[in-house]
Amino acid sequence: MATIEVDGTSYEVDGDRNLLDACLGLGLDLPYFCWHPTLGSVGSCRQCAVRVYANAEDTRGRLVMSCMTPVTDGQRLSIRDPESQAFRDKSIEVTMANHPHDCPVCEEGGECHLQDMTIMSRHTERRYRGLKKTYTNQYLGPCISHEMNRCIACYRCVRFYNDYAGGKDLAVLASKENVYFGRHEDGCLESGFSGNLVEVCPTGVFTDKTLSRSYNRKWDLQSAPSICSSCSLGCNISPGERQGRIKRIVNRYHHDINGYFICDRGRFGYDYTNADQRIQHCSIRQSADVTEEAPDYRDAINAIAVELAGAATGGNLIAIGSDRLSVEANFALQTLVDEDNFYSGMDPVQHQLLQSVLGIYRRPGIHAPTLREIESADAVLILGEDLVNSAPRMALSVRQATRNLSFELARKSQIPLWQDTSVRNLAQDRRSPLMILSVAGTDLDAIASLRLSAAADDIARLGFAVARCLSDRAPAVPNLSPDLESTAAGIADCLLRAKNPVIISGTSCNTPSVVESAAQVAMALSLAKSNGQIRPSWLSYVLPAANSLGLAMLQEGNDDNHLERAMQRVLANPGQCTALILQNDLYARAEPSRVDAFFGNLKSCIVLDQQPNRTTDRANILVPTQTDFETEGTLVNNEGRAQRYFEVFATDNPSLRDNWKTIANMAKAWVNPGTGQGLPESLLALARCENFDDLIALLKNRGGLFGHWDRAAPNAAFRIAGLKIPRMPHRYSGRTSLRANIRVAEAKQPEDRDSPLGFTMEGAPINIPGALTPGFWSPGWNSGESLNKFQDEINGHLKGGDPGLRLLQSPAATDMSAATSSDWFSVPAATPTAANGRLLAVSLPRLFDGEVLSALSPALAQRAELPQLEIHPETAAAVGLVEGHIATIRLESCQLKLPLRFNPRVASGLVAVPADVKTAGILPPVLLPAAVTIE
Amino acid sequence: MSSITANILNVVGILVFVVASAAMLTWVERRMLGIWQERYGPNRVGPFGILQVAADMIKLLMKEDWVPPFADRFVFVVAPTIAMFVVVAAYAVIPMAPGIGVIDLNIGLLFFLAMTSLSAYSVMFGAYASDNKYALLGGLRAAAQMLSYEVFLGLSLMGVVMLAGTFNLREIVLAQQEQWFVIPQFLAMLLFFIAGIAESHRTPFDLPEAEHELTAGFHTEYSGMKFGMFFIGEYVSVLLTASMMVVLFFGGWLGPVLPPLVWFLLKTSILVLLMILIRGALPRPRYDQLMAFGWKVMLPLAMINLVVTGVLVLV
Amino acid sequence: MSQIGRAVYLTWDYTWSTLRTLWDVASHTFAKRDTVEYPDEMPYLAPRHRGRIVLTRDPEGNERCVACNLCAVACPTDCISLQKTEDETGRWYPEYFRINFSRCVYCGLCEEACPTYAIQLTPDFEMAEYNRQNMVYEKEHLLISGPGKYPDYSFYQVSGKAVSGRAKGEGLNEAKPVNVKSLLP
Repeated sequence: MATIEVDGTSYEVDGDRNLLDACLGLGLDLPYFCWHPTLGSVGSCRQCAVRVYANAEDTRGRLVMSCMTPVTDGQRLSIRDPESQAFRDKSIEVTMANHPHDCPVCEEGGECHLQDMTIMSRHTERRYRGLKKTYTNQYLGPCISHEMNRCIACYRCVRFYNDYAGGKDLAVLASKENVYFGRHEDGCLESGFSGNLVEVCPTGVFTDKTLSRSYNRKWDLQSAPSICSSCSLGCNISPGERQGRIKRIVNRYHHDINGYFICDRGRFGYDYTNADQRIQHCSIRQSADVTEEAPDYRDAINAIAVELAGAATGGNLIAIGSDRLSVEANFALQTLVDEDNFYSGMDPVQHQLLQSVLGIYRRPGIHAPTLREIESADAVLILGEDLVNSAPRMALSVRQATRNLSFELARKSQIPLWQDTSVRNLAQDRRSPLMILSVAGTDLDAIASLRLSAAADDIARLGFAVARCLSDRAPAVPNLSPDLESTAAGIADCLLRAKNPVIISGTSCNTPSVVESAAQVAMALSLAKSNGQIRPSWLSYVLPAANSLGLAMLQEGNDDNHLERAMQRVLANPGQCTALILQNDLYARAEPSRVDAFFGNLKSCIVLDQQPNRTTDRANILVPTQTDFETEGTLVNNEGRAQRYFEVFATDNPSLRDNWKTIANMAKAWVNPGTGQGLPESLLALARCENFDDLIALLKNRGGLFGHWDRAAPNAAFRIAGLKIPRMPHRYSGRTSLRANIRVAEAKQPEDRDSPLGFTMEGAPINIPGALTPGFWSPGWNSGESLNKFQDEINGHLKGGDPGLRLLQSPAATDMSAATSSDWFSVPAATPTAANGRLLAVSLPRLFDGEVLSALSPALAQRAELPQLEIHPETAAAVGLVEGHIATIRLESCQLKLPLRFNPRVASGLVAVPADVKTAGILPPVLLPAAVTIE
Repeated sequence: MSSITANILNVVGILVFVVASAAMLTWVERRMLGIWQERYGPNRVGPFGILQVAADMIKLLMKEDWVPPFADRFVFVVAPTIAMFVVVAAYAVIPMAPGIGVIDLNIGLLFFLAMTSLSAYSVMFGAYASDNKYALLGGLRAAAQMLSYEVFLGLSLMGVVMLAGTFNLREIVLAQQEQWFVIPQFLAMLLFFIAGIAESHRTPFDLPEAEHELTAGFHTEYSGMKFGMFFIGEYVSVLLTASMMVVLFFGGWLGPVLPPLVWFLLKTSILVLLMILIRGALPRPRYDQLMAFGWKVMLPLAMINLVVTGVLVLV
Repeated sequence: MSQIGRAVYLTWDYTWSTLRTLWDVASHTFAKRDTVEYPDEMPYLAPRHRGRIVLTRDPEGNERCVACNLCAVACPTDCISLQKTEDETGRWYPEYFRINFSRCVYCGLCEEACPTYAIQLTPDFEMAEYNRQNMVYEKEHLLISGPGKYPDYSFYQVSGKAVSGRAKGEGLNEAKPVNVKSLLP
């Protein structure tokens, strides 16, 4: 710590920071452009000048750029002295000389850092009368607009895109005052993190094209704290809504998870909620071809209740949950049909995988690291996971983790870590070790110290071998080639030498041995590193969906209820069962012919879903559900953190109710006609749930992992100064005119009885708990940079506390020497080499079209590559296939035709099948890996 | 014409005349204020807007007769009736001309004083019954103000009584044949005029209903014809004050050439116009200033006037 | 004694000022009336009178409004709402533009906020309706065919944004676009 004196007031600040960082952290207003909390300082914009005095007697001082000046103890500086103010005014005048007069038609206007800083620097009048520089713009794809005229050459975009996110196709072109930030030619920005340019750019060079289609200013967008449900990481987001449509998503800072950045799938994948094709009304199908469209919601619920009551008395009621929906919705369903009749909707392998992940996370010696912790790791081992596609934000963290060596070097050379260019120059290409074992290569391979492609079981065997190298007590791996033996030894050595190694694996391979081998490595590592005191190893799993772990928790102890069990039960009692399916397209979950058989043998099928799909086509009663933007719930992310998301806006469609509420209404309708005699108490309790907090209280009563469920976020009674937290910005416009064309008398604002947020602009947006912060704004700071007013220090925790509740805390250090052989996982056999035209098909996760809902967004669909089968050229030669050939894969009844592409990074003997939504409908990825015929 | 018919004609005629001219006064006042403020005032309904009164009346009658649910219903209804009744009753003793006047009481002056004192009740009842903070504050102010100003209202008249040697108003008028009492009793005239304005709580002494502070003071909760009664009552009391001054200080109906009634009406009109002019010109004092003015200036002056008059009469 | 003197002075002063006030007010009796007897006589309304709001066009006849939303946010009664859309050349314009005149207070802040002189208040105030719903004006009711009070201004001429008929560098005071491929210093 150091003490600095700013304009006569003394403050305690962190001595490792620069002056700008320290001042902003103290809540002082100091303009800046090129500095960014995570991108460090480059000192190019000259906007953060302050006057620093040499000592207590010095009255003249000197101007310095605060972002390039380290904090020293006893430093005296002035932000407000006239000379530095005048300097900043002149500086921004020059910066603005060529800036176009297009704020009214700029998407950044109203949340523009340049606007804010211009006002803050008190530059109010333009004196430059010369010609203004202009640039031609580029087409940068369906997500990002480009308007180079607005550029102030802060270099933030390339520093983020290239240096931070590892992008290759954005560069600084030309020279001198002609510098141009763009691609070498028109074309879509390739990086999966390009959307962050929108927030990184301090002005409107890069703007959100999906927002621009039907643009609204920041002050007109209603927001609520939300959680991205496009992958299992649980990034915090802030969606903006106007007139019933989600207009855009911006990052919502979470210290431990997403920090300042989210991936493009999360940012641009919201359009499914606005889709015209969405299911808007209930429908009841009396017979095969007669559909009663749009019955009243009540009628549909009553019809369902009759079905449920009938089926339940015969013991023929089953329900299938969804790993994409909230814990509460699944819990309500589970309570409705009773635990034994509730099935996860996952195939047995995936179901077991998740149960074992849950078990592994709770073992001693294992700690599920946050993304922030992964960033601090100095050695990373990835087992069978293509992070860029399956958990993109984690890939970004892993990329930062490889920089820890450069920080180490910088510390040795006494270079401050925020001296970004210096640190990068010092390290050059030296990186912390990143070891990637994958089936078909990954986009992180370029920065990996070790990359190896192999079939899933072979990856697992190598993992087990590493574990064996780390600890003699782990079982040995038979029949391992000497090459792999030495690789394993190398990995083990690397992990042992690292201070904070992290092991990352996941369910993408759909192979239990991979998950187990990662756990084995972690356990062996804990043992190897234990020094009397156990230090848990960091082990992170990437999971299939946003709430996979939450669903696994709900089924803990009843862990055999997967989709296959449900199907068996239906097929054993043909024409008897009634199934209640909660937002889950079963055709992507099991072999389609088997799903057909399942539906064919049902007595009645009730489906709750938001988008039409093949499962909803089979529904006898269909009830629309709300998207995550329209309801509230809790998701459990891959590290076991329960995070609550809230309704962004209230729909005015009477058939669209909260998912949990619809299920509770079913319970109510079921209980009401009778007296409730003979019905289980839990069902009666569900029927009594009037609001979200009632349901949470029920869930809390389950105890165990759910014992503190209500702590994930404050309940609906929470108030600040007697008022709810406003979802609307305080200057939300058009209240008396938005709906005036329908009815000139203003309607009452919708009430929200389920959360402490209101559909209003009333309420003071101050001291809001982190979990309830809809977005960031502070007086004078209209852009996202206002975040610094909400952090306890720059890049630190939110003042209101980090959102979410870690359910899986690493157990207290126990003596691992007690570990018995039963604690170790057994080693699988090696994958046999391909023979007689059969290859092992594996599934490859896809970033833009790999997730069922976000893939519906036109912007993402446009960015997705065409699905192709990937194969190693030698393997192809062995089975006699040529590149570009439309190959046919057959697996059981599935038949998939896709063009073939050679990719030398695919392990030999494998054919990689893309897991995009379309392909998954033909060949569900859960069936893979499996030996297939290909021709 | 029998005396009964004459009496009935007198009673009915005067009642109708008083109420009608009070109503007319509302129009006169608005026109005059308009003129002094370089506006027109109400000039749309009928010639010169003279039917504005009728229009207002119709409006007031058509309005919902609303009694707030929290009000003390009986008192609420009675209060405006009292307001109207006492001022009209007081008018009974005014001798307008020989043979014109309701009653010729030999204690006419005391009757007038009694009736004006009673009007304090209407305000207080109305204020109390409304159960409204503005009304209550207005009522409190009215009670204190009327009590204070009544003291020298009465005292200022005693000089006239001494000079005339009677409480009978008709005889007081006749006692002025030589000389109007305004000359020997100029100070008393001023005191009475000021007190009269205060008694009818008109600007600048309208603190009980000061709009800027108390919405509408004691009649905040009143609407429709009940409000109309308070409203007309105020104008009757304006008329009453002016008539009393004419009777007591300006020789009543006495005057050359013109018929007595015309003289009386002419003198009354001039005084009414003066009261309207005062409303148009003078600002409202602060409440403490009002009380101090009453007790510390007016009362001593009334005493001095009484003593001096007494001494002069005795000498 | 001076106290008595002061009392006498004050008495005189107050009395005199009261009488003078009465005289001043009474002297207005025969002054000229200020009232204009609308509607018998139509008053003169200055061009800058704040009445009915219109949307104007630029000298080229295109809609001036670029749907920047500044009028909507400046509006103290929140009675303006609009939605941005753009044509195929990137020119912004409002998809709909709605003013709820039953809420409008004619404060003119929208006109002050407008960066393109699109929204202007006109000297017309006779907008009363028997049905409040008729007070809601849409773009077709608001848009006029001329430029209103500012005949010459055209926003896209100075914005630096490329729209139809005006590529980069063709606006007022603009240099030709930078040639990124040039190596000249």
